[in-house]
Amino acid sequence: MIIQALSFYLFSFVAIASAVMVISARNPVHSVLFLILAFFNAAGLFVLIGAEFIAMILVVVYGGAVAVLFLFVVMMLDISFTELRQGFLQYLPIGGLVGIVLLAELLMIGGSWVIAPATETVRSFPAPPIDQVTNTHAIGKILYTDYIYLFQGAGMVLLVAMIGAIVLTLRARPGVRKQKISDQINRRPEDAIEIKKVQSGSGI
Amino acid sequence: MLEIGLSHYLAVAAILFTLGIFGIFLNRKNVIIILMSVELILLAVNINLVAFSVHLQDLTGQIFAMLVLTVAAAEAAIGLAIIVVYFRNRGTIAVEDINLMKG
Repeated sequence: MIIQALSFYLFSFVAIASAVMVISARNPVHSVLFLILAFFNAAGLFVLIGAEFIAMILVVVYGGAVAVLFLFVVMMLDISFTELRQGFLQYLPIGGLVGIVLLAELLMIGGSWVIAPATETVRSFPAPPIDQVTNTHAIGKILYTDYIYLFQGAGMVLLVAMIGAIVLTLRARPGVRKQKISDQINRRPEDAIEIKKVQSGSGI
Repeated sequence: MLEIGLSHYLAVAAILFTLGIFGIFLNRKNVIIILMSVELILLAVNINLVAFSVHLQDLTGQIFAMLVLTVAAAEAAIGLAIIVVYFRNRGTIAVEDINLMKG
């Protein structure tokens, strides 16, 4: 129990500290790296609470895909980020005020609610005991059956995002000499060669 | 204190959510950091969903956390694509310069 508590405090402390660094680091590359750290520690929290599948998805999707995407864009754009940081202190008071009010409200909600006793009976998909069915197995069992339409919808969302990103960033640059294989294959001898009768003794 | 319950997870999620909101206020000019703050907010939402899912022993919350993750990934991809296109056209991504549609 003490190890679980210590791990929880370690993971949550590192996650929160790296979230602070994400929003306050001078260099956006450092921000992205701290974002990855925050997501890894959140994955640790999920493992601790017993949601392994979401934890692994978090590592794969965020650590592997989203963070690399951010890193790629931050490094590709040639921007002076110090200019973008001007006004950082100007927004600090109002931002801090809103943040403190929001946090106080959220913690007050967290301290004051109770869970209705009837929730035990209205569970739509009760989690099976962990020693019989693993978390991943249990999620798979309902994800591919009861939530198949939402699952397919999520796939469509990703497809639309992929096509949208490609359409947005694709551009046809003029003046670039590119190999067009279809043109090369479609070229016939009649298009390329002209046969002329040349009389001997005179030019064409 | 040593007994880790639902409220501990909710507190962590609340702090992460607040940090995300705070980051949007703090980095009003840098749209990339704003996108990262949105990712932090969505992470806080995911922690809430999973914590309630485990506490109530109902797997629906974890399914929804996965769907939120999907939407977050799609949003990051589209957002970064828009940033790249905007930078290519205008040479800057400062938020206060993005006022073409202001009229």
